[in-house]
Amino acid sequence: MGHVERARAFVANEDRTTWHDEALWFVRAKRDAAADTTPDWEALRDEAAGIKRDVLGRLPELWQRFEEEATAAGARVHWARDAAEHNRIVHGLLAEHDVRRVVKSKSMLTEECGLNPHLEARGVEIIDTDLGERIVQLRNEPPSHIIMPAIHLKRGEIGELFHDEMGAPEGLDDPDALTALARQDLRGRFLGAEAGITGVNFAVAETGSFVVVTNEGNADLGTALPRLHIACVGLEKIVPRASDLAPFLRLLARSATGQPITTYTSHFRGPRATETEDGPAPELHIVVVDNGRSRLLAEPAFQEALACIRCGACLNTCPVYRRSGGHSYGSTLPGPIGSVLAPSQDPARHAELPHACSLCGSCSDVCPVRVPLHHQLLTWRSHLAEAGHHPRRRRLAFRLAAGVLRNPVLFERITRIGRWLARRLSQDLLDRLGGPWSRSRAMPRIPERSFHQALRARELEKGR
Amino acid sequence: MSIALFVPCYVDQLKPRVGLAALDLLRAAGLDVDVLSDVACCGQPLLTAGEEPRARELAAQFVDRTRAHETVVTPSGSCAATLEIHGDRLVPAHPGDRSRVVELTRFLSENGNLPDPDNGFPARVGLHASCHALRELRQGTASETRTAPRPDPAAALLARIPELELIDLTRRDECCGFGGVFSVEEEAVSTRMGLDRLADHRRGHAEVLTSTDVSCLLHLEGLARRQDAPLRILHIAEILAEATLGPGWLERNADRSGDGPR
Repeated sequence: MGHVERARAFVANEDRTTWHDEALWFVRAKRDAAADTTPDWEALRDEAAGIKRDVLGRLPELWQRFEEEATAAGARVHWARDAAEHNRIVHGLLAEHDVRRVVKSKSMLTEECGLNPHLEARGVEIIDTDLGERIVQLRNEPPSHIIMPAIHLKRGEIGELFHDEMGAPEGLDDPDALTALARQDLRGRFLGAEAGITGVNFAVAETGSFVVVTNEGNADLGTALPRLHIACVGLEKIVPRASDLAPFLRLLARSATGQPITTYTSHFRGPRATETEDGPAPELHIVVVDNGRSRLLAEPAFQEALACIRCGACLNTCPVYRRSGGHSYGSTLPGPIGSVLAPSQDPARHAELPHACSLCGSCSDVCPVRVPLHHQLLTWRSHLAEAGHHPRRRRLAFRLAAGVLRNPVLFERITRIGRWLARRLSQDLLDRLGGPWSRSRAMPRIPERSFHQALRARELEKGR
Repeated sequence: MSIALFVPCYVDQLKPRVGLAALDLLRAAGLDVDVLSDVACCGQPLLTAGEEPRARELAAQFVDRTRAHETVVTPSGSCAATLEIHGDRLVPAHPGDRSRVVELTRFLSENGNLPDPDNGFPARVGLHASCHALRELRQGTASETRTAPRPDPAAALLARIPELELIDLTRRDECCGFGGVFSVEEEAVSTRMGLDRLADHRRGHAEVLTSTDVSCLLHLEGLARRQDAPLRILHIAEILAEATLGPGWLERNADRSGDGPR
């Protein structure tokens, strides 16, 4: 089953589709209001895009500097070629420290790498602590949005889930009460955790530090108590200087949720200081993950997608995402950015994602770092067709059409016969022949004459 | 200046009156126009379907056969965008050595001298922004961007028409869901997008829905007719022709409209 079928199933529930579309449009509108009140919004986008393009041109140099600085600050940097190596490193660190219980916050990268199942299979309990992530973890399903992982669920459904999983009273659907319940449940898990895993929003080369932005503060809570902090970071998430953080922090929260800034902007540099002398010193390990990113970097047509800061604005604005839901994409990241990144990971599996797009271009216009998303989706289509991943029926139909369109005389002859026939059919029959087009739309009424024929007829009348 | 009118394949076949309206408007503006008859397609459907080598052939043919003209005018934002935005990629042999392809309303706003639309057009009209005119050709200011306002020639031309009341939309530039091959392959989502677009126009009590692009209109018209919605769908050139060259221009050309009763 692909995006087409899953989207059809989602859209079939009209009320839920309306609700999902409006919930996300509301976030888009908040983003618009935030952009309105930020002077020189477009210049800010230019600045951020410029920094990212510079970074992508010298990743090795920047990461080398980062490693030197981070090591000097007492952290250890690990390098993971792919998801498997990432999981191996993380599990190795946990095993080395005899860790059985882990709390995690703010990481789509570990989702991409499939870290949770990897650890669970090895007897490690890993708890996602951000509310949305926790909800989808309890439901045993992937996130449907980058920053609002449970946006596909209504609060009643969350109430039912919490009833089953945390003993919430039946029928509870008050968001505050549900949140309080989740907090209570998580508090114990924070206290019992032996290690904390976080993602990374920005790594800073010149300081060897990194920044995690959150609204719930779980990255701080989850790393403040355990002696082991493992931070997992994608190869693209580095900036040269601490001062480069300014444009990104200004853009990220505004683009994501319309907030001027997230509740927490947490800077980490080296392991946290030891307050007491009653045990081994805290450790900070940073796992830098490639997992296909350098392959994307080598593709001039797609490398700019590595500038993505995972704000989710392209999802909120995408008219297809809003009406088909995040799970319809079947990729780690849904929406426009997901459809750009997924085919580079697994072209055969995700060959149809670039077609889950009407090419409206809204994604490229909201993107805070100016990734030309819809043009990249267009380019993917020809790359994937050339690589043999497109259905033969589509290829044949369009090649046939091209043959006719290339020859205006043939085009006129064929369409003349076609129109003559079509005009003799009832609307009913025409619609039955219209295939998927006329499942919901009437076939157009067919005029007697084409434009060119009408023009000739008109000139004849005049000449008379 | 040598000007040619390009009527794209689907307009030629399904909405011939739009081509006639474009031609009559250009002539009424005092412009000398040749009608291109030896080229049917700019290559857009092939490009969006991923058949780029085929798209290149068609675009190259388009470039070759329009070379004699400085400017090609077309009643389609998406065909103009194909050659203006993707032209260098599709026809790399001729970068810069191509005629300019300009969407009709922009051309009429910047060239010639279109008579005042004195006949008026007494109706509440919803203008559906074509994504390609808006976000590729930058005709008008996209709601996502915060650049200095860019002129929207379609809205400006409609605003000049007496008795025409342009309605406000809740989402002023949401995509209608046509998207070429998308409309057939992702039929369910495409339909839902179109229905939402129609609902927005209905909320504004639009009597007529118009756009610079016939492709959006074919999709929305198909949906509206299936719903028996009392909404009239007209291309902007048709409204301009009625207001400028009418009254009765639409009626006189009804047999070529593709929207009259059978």
